[in-house]
Amino acid sequence: MSPPQVHSVERTSGQGGKVRVVASLGDRFFEWLTRGFALLVLLTLGGILLSLVVTSAPSIKAFGLPFLWSDDWDPVRDQYGALIPVYGTLVSSLVALLIAVPVSFGIAIFLTEMSPNWLKRPLGTAIELLAAIPSIIYGMWGLFSFAPVFSKTFQPFLISTLGQLPFVGPLFQGPPLGIGMLTAGIILAIMVIPFISSVMRDVFELVPAVLKESAYGLGATTWEVVWKVVLPYTRAGVMGGVMLGLGRALGETMAVTFVIGNAQHLNVSLLAPGNSIASSLANEFAEAVGDLYTSALIELGLLLFIITTIVLALAKLMLLRLGRREGMKS
Amino acid sequence: MRHATPEIQRIYRRRQMANRFHLFMSFFGMVFGLFWLGWILWTLLVNGFEALSWSLLTKPTPAPGGEGGLANAILGSVMMAGLGTLIGTPVGILAGTYLAEFGRRGWLAPVTRFVNDILLSAPSIVLGLFVYTVFVARMHHFSGLAGALALSLIVIPVVVRTTDDMLRLVPDSLREAAIALGAPRWKMIVLVAYRAARSGIATGILLAVARISGETAPLLFTALNNQFTTWDINAPMANLPVVIFQFAMSPYDDWHKLAWGGAILVTLSVLGINVAARLLFRQKNS
Repeated sequence: MSPPQVHSVERTSGQGGKVRVVASLGDRFFEWLTRGFALLVLLTLGGILLSLVVTSAPSIKAFGLPFLWSDDWDPVRDQYGALIPVYGTLVSSLVALLIAVPVSFGIAIFLTEMSPNWLKRPLGTAIELLAAIPSIIYGMWGLFSFAPVFSKTFQPFLISTLGQLPFVGPLFQGPPLGIGMLTAGIILAIMVIPFISSVMRDVFELVPAVLKESAYGLGATTWEVVWKVVLPYTRAGVMGGVMLGLGRALGETMAVTFVIGNAQHLNVSLLAPGNSIASSLANEFAEAVGDLYTSALIELGLLLFIITTIVLALAKLMLLRLGRREGMKS
Repeated sequence: MRHATPEIQRIYRRRQMANRFHLFMSFFGMVFGLFWLGWILWTLLVNGFEALSWSLLTKPTPAPGGEGGLANAILGSVMMAGLGTLIGTPVGILAGTYLAEFGRRGWLAPVTRFVNDILLSAPSIVLGLFVYTVFVARMHHFSGLAGALALSLIVIPVVVRTTDDMLRLVPDSLREAAIALGAPRWKMIVLVAYRAARSGIATGILLAVARISGETAPLLFTALNNQFTTWDINAPMANLPVVIFQFAMSPYDDWHKLAWGGAILVTLSVLGINVAARLLFRQKNS
């Protein structure tokens, strides 16, 4: 600024003071308005938790803690326990992770280390497309297209090979129905692959080129660079991505409801139909009669919400940890 | 390598083999992912185009064996998605504005950001359950409004996240320039920061719309379903995802066909909105 303007600044400073009072009122209003909505978002989480606890109170009172490990689910006698749906939720999500994690790792390696540049974007978009397909489409495809093929080809093969082994055998026995826990797990795996692989790809790209180049300079192969340099550097982020996928798989409703079989039996075999928390809710809630039945279902929903919130919070913390380390370096 | 002993050559060869094996497996993982995408889209296109017809768009849902379409469900879906977006967008934008513009100090913004990211991936069926307990149970009936509220709970975290991210990308020099001109802070945010982040925020809203267009779970016990066409948001309201669910799970072939017709409508609109959002964002960035 050149000196002659000092005069004009002085001249308007009196007016400026007045304007400032008015402006700060507007500012204060706007800040409080936005802060109110931020608080609203913050309180939503607590509100969900609170409302679910309140409405599931009759069931919590009636069954207490044994609700968690009772396998009794009988609307006729009004007896409810969470074991079967909780077991189904955890097992189908575990199956999903067992398939999705190695595949997503492969996809992330392919996209960051192997793919030619011109292919990166279309392939990445294609994998992301998997996340855009509505879950009900996965369900229909699973029921009408995948399950029949699965029961005719892959399931008999599993029964005649893995089903005959000691220890793991019981997991793969029974009639090849097409629907069941394993089918649900596979479809969940396809659904979470885009989430896990995109986090992995993003964190792999955070690795400083110098680190990788030094390893290559020492004569390391691509795989050795990925396994011994990239992965250790990004471990927290990779775990965060896996947990994010787990959180998605646990709460997925429609795709699972179509193919899990909706049977309230506990069965060791992965080929047998089962049930998950979300599919119990989807199938039974709108038709539930009686306060205790409704409140037992809501308690299931509460359990699901608590489990996924913990898993997602862990995911977020791990991703933050990697982010913070990155922040300190740059 | 000239002086390499057989022992060392063996090690080299093993490392080469391990490298090739793992890279092949990575390639296979990529093929694995694309394979399912191809199969799902193929199934959808084959069954869906067979079911597409004019009456799908003009006639209401039929009784089993009857003639009909999905008109009432399409209307309900559009109404609830629209209303859900209308409710969720302002809330999301204002909360996101606080995070990016006012929350640079203090605990509220980081904590809210953390909670918002959890809500972003929270199971949508639980959101439906929440709306059921606080709204439907009080009103004693299912309604389209309850469905829209459940959908708005999905919209909010998406819009909060993108508004926050996009506003934080706006350079501070722009803000300082506006403040230096004597603009009050709220004017600076509304006229300068929003304008700079406009296309990013619009992308976020579009992505949120795409997401709720295919959502089924939160509508199951909020909007429920309705066999008839209704404009009344206080009555149970038909919507594409729930109709697809019921028809696909039914034993009737003509209902299955309608379900596939609905499936391709939903998927094409969701993918279409996604592509539009991407194009919008890319245009801005290039």
